[in-house]
Amino acid sequence: MSAAQSQAGQAQSGAEILLRALKDQGVEVVFGYPGGAVLPIYDALFNQNAIRHILVRHEQAAVHAAEGYARSTGKVGCVLVTSGPGATNAVTGLVDALMDSIPIVCLTGQVPTHLIGNDAFQEADTTGITRPATKHNYLVKRPEDLARVVHEAFYVARSGRPGPVVIDLPKDILIGPAPYTEATVQHASYRPRTEPDPDQIARAVALLKQAKRPMVYTGGGVINAGPEAAAALTAFVRATGFPITQTLMGLGAYPASDPQFLGMLGMHGTYEANLAMHGCDVMLAIGARFDDRVTGRLNAFSPDSRKIHIDIDGSSINKNVPVEVPIIADAGRALEALLAAWNADPRQTDKPALTAWWRQIDQWREKQSLRFTQDPTKGAIIKPQHAIRRLYEISRELGRDTYITTEVGQHQMWAAQHFPFEKPNRWMTSGGLGTMGYGLPAAMGVQIAHPDALVIDIAGEASILMNIQEMGTLAQYRLPVKVFILNNQYMGMVRQWQELLHGSRYSESYSTALPDFIKLADSFHAKGLRAESVDQLDDVIREMLACPTAVIADIAVDQAENCFPMIPSGAAHNEMLLGPEHGATSAGVTDAGLALV
Amino acid sequence: MPMTDTTQRSATISVLVDNESGVLARVIGLFSGRGYNIDSLTVAPVDQEGRLSRINVVTSGTAMVIEQIKAQLDRLVPVHRVADLTKDGPHVARELALVKVIGTGEKRVEALRIADTFRARVVDTTMQSFVFELTGAPDKIDAFIELMRDLGLAEVSRSGVAALARATRVI
Ligand SMILES: Cc1cc2nc3c(=O)[nH]c(=O)nc-3n(C[C@H](O)[C@H](O)[C@H](O)COP(=O)(O)OP(=O)(O)OC[C@H]3O[C@@H](n4cnc5c(N)ncnc54)[C@H](O)[C@@H]3O)c2cc1C
Ligand SMILES: Cc1ncc(C[n+]2csc(CCOP(=O)(O)OP(=O)(O)O)c2C)c(N)n1
Ligand SMILES: [Mg+2]
Repeated sequence: MSAAQSQAGQAQSGAEILLRALKDQGVEVVFGYPGGAVLPIYDALFNQNAIRHILVRHEQAAVHAAEGYARSTGKVGCVLVTSGPGATNAVTGLVDALMDSIPIVCLTGQVPTHLIGNDAFQEADTTGITRPATKHNYLVKRPEDLARVVHEAFYVARSGRPGPVVIDLPKDILIGPAPYTEATVQHASYRPRTEPDPDQIARAVALLKQAKRPMVYTGGGVINAGPEAAAALTAFVRATGFPITQTLMGLGAYPASDPQFLGMLGMHGTYEANLAMHGCDVMLAIGARFDDRVTGRLNAFSPDSRKIHIDIDGSSINKNVPVEVPIIADAGRALEALLAAWNADPRQTDKPALTAWWRQIDQWREKQSLRFTQDPTKGAIIKPQHAIRRLYEISRELGRDTYITTEVGQHQMWAAQHFPFEKPNRWMTSGGLGTMGYGLPAAMGVQIAHPDALVIDIAGEASILMNIQEMGTLAQYRLPVKVFILNNQYMGMVRQWQELLHGSRYSESYSTALPDFIKLADSFHAKGLRAESVDQLDDVIREMLACPTAVIADIAVDQAENCFPMIPSGAAHNEMLLGPEHGATSAGVTDAGLALV
Repeated sequence: MPMTDTTQRSATISVLVDNESGVLARVIGLFSGRGYNIDSLTVAPVDQEGRLSRINVVTSGTAMVIEQIKAQLDRLVPVHRVADLTKDGPHVARELALVKVIGTGEKRVEALRIADTFRARVVDTTMQSFVFELTGAPDKIDAFIELMRDLGLAEVSRSGVAALARATRVI
């Protein structure tokens, strides 16, 4: 009998049982915002110290904060919002977490069970609205289900392909007495597979051993699989000597400084990564989902390669690109098995072919597709790439553990290209949904999880305004997050597409009537800084990094700069556009390509 | 390679799910959200305690799309099992239809005669109408309805397909 039940006559309320279950699930922090339907939970929170509540300023930000917390720790992020508008405000965050496979449990208040379906005050059909926005969701209708559902929700959120789970909690369930049940490990129908099939591992090794032009392509799934998986990946890639590229979501799982790393691939990936993907004869894809931003035109994607795909979610395999060796497993477990099988296999690799392949890759590398030119003279305008490079170099001098989040746009791509990561879980960005307004709340969540770390949101001046209210949360909890705005006074990514694909018709993409970011920082009890020319940049970065409080650094950058390389939608990897450094041409985009996003 | 085959095929897929609220919405939402076809859909509890339901869905698509549908169904949390009856071996598929025919005279006689050859039962009758009950494979029901068109076909209600693998195989 559990402690709760043994306290005779002292039955605990649903809200108390809820918190007990959260505690048993290891929850230390909840990001939330109160309202009528969840007041019983706030009552219960008031009476305990085990779980810390972080009061955000908007429910969308609560979910992004929980995403930042989850992605930087490997734990499940926990969110608490009220019924109706609280729940609907959270939806963007939930879809973001769904697309990027981030484990979240989101508790939503609901009107009492007898009022459900009545258009009661602040009623929304939360399970209906969030069904396609979550990995799974629950409506708790009976007190005896409450504790079990909470345990199950955490299990579903973190296991298999992680994702967001909603638990909708009618107010009467929270107020009335409820029994406690311990967490059970087994689920009747949901049993994700984690162990690889040894036969498929053997087939994979056989293919890889005889490869002449191999390529390893890894994604967010390796981050999901934890630091051990990243270590196994590093060991395997080093053992093989093969080149490796990563998706936007996969960065950090393999040390970027390693010569075998070719940089990110895809729409804004490096020349060498994309051409190597195009030309390889054996591809090993791990925890990556062949996203359209990565493959470009599907029928031209890596046409001559035999493909091995490791993914924990069977629906990711053969979805966009047919593969020859499918392996449904956890990336870490599969990589360990691959490494063991690789080492045990007596066959030699084709050394001359591999040498020739590396020679080819090195030729592509010589293009230096990320190259840019910064005018060093006093008063010169700052190139956004240079600003990020300096941010990287100066923060590295400090030797602090550094976490980067981003908003969405050109600055996000430049961050991916110019801020290298040596370790996993240090890079938080909204990849699948591409949610402007993600970076600041995500940084907040990272800083809560890592109070002593350096946490920087690399932002655009348009995106940052989408969740700017969270400056209030930073102030309340004294979170020293650094917001580094690459201010080009444009929705730069939109402007770039308009320039290259829509005849330079800059329709509504100019950031006008911007706030004075220094005053804005000041009014939120943070430090505001500004750099207007290249000679001011380093000082501003140093001052920002030295500042013990939150900072907004407003960095005026070149308004006309475009992000290259770029594979326009509907084009193939070998139809990449390079920048002005390489004599840029205008995009030859087909009508079919224009219809893509 | 079958995965690159672009021909469309029909597939009868059976899904064993927890009989909980919202589970049908999940399955239907998956089909509509991802743009898959539903040609027929049936659902009912199939165990004694009423804890498990069987959903039978007839869909169509290329080999790659059908594999994707199965994988998507399989990852829904309340789904226990997914079987592609069309691919996994021979199966039986049956549907029940109620067909109302209104008419008099020669046409009424002809309707009754055809119903007889199809082994349809008359479950309701008036001087002007019949309701026929017919079970069989969907194409047999299609054929029957087609024949009734000229004989006063007024209304049709079909159950959708129930299906099982032949012989000792179970999903
Ligand atoms: C403006 C913009 C531009 C972009 N440009 C690019 C670009 O140039 N290049 C690029 O790469 N992306 C780009 N993206 C991001 C892109 O949209 C996708 O989000 C990204 O490519 C998907 O990364 P992924 O394939 O690693 O998959 P993720 O979304 O990270 O999915 C992870 C995969 O791993 C699997 N998985 C999860 N857990 C495990 C586990 N434990 N073991 C094994 N498998 C697991 C999942 O089932 C899934 O298939 C851009 C986004 C934006 C907003
Ligand atoms: C919520 C949301 N709305 C719209 C978009 C479309 N969008 C993508 S990038 C972008 C512009 C971002 O501008 P800014 O934050 O200044 O970044 P920049 O590209 O200039 O670096 C827009 C509007 C989006 N990704 N998210
Ligand atoms: Mg901008």
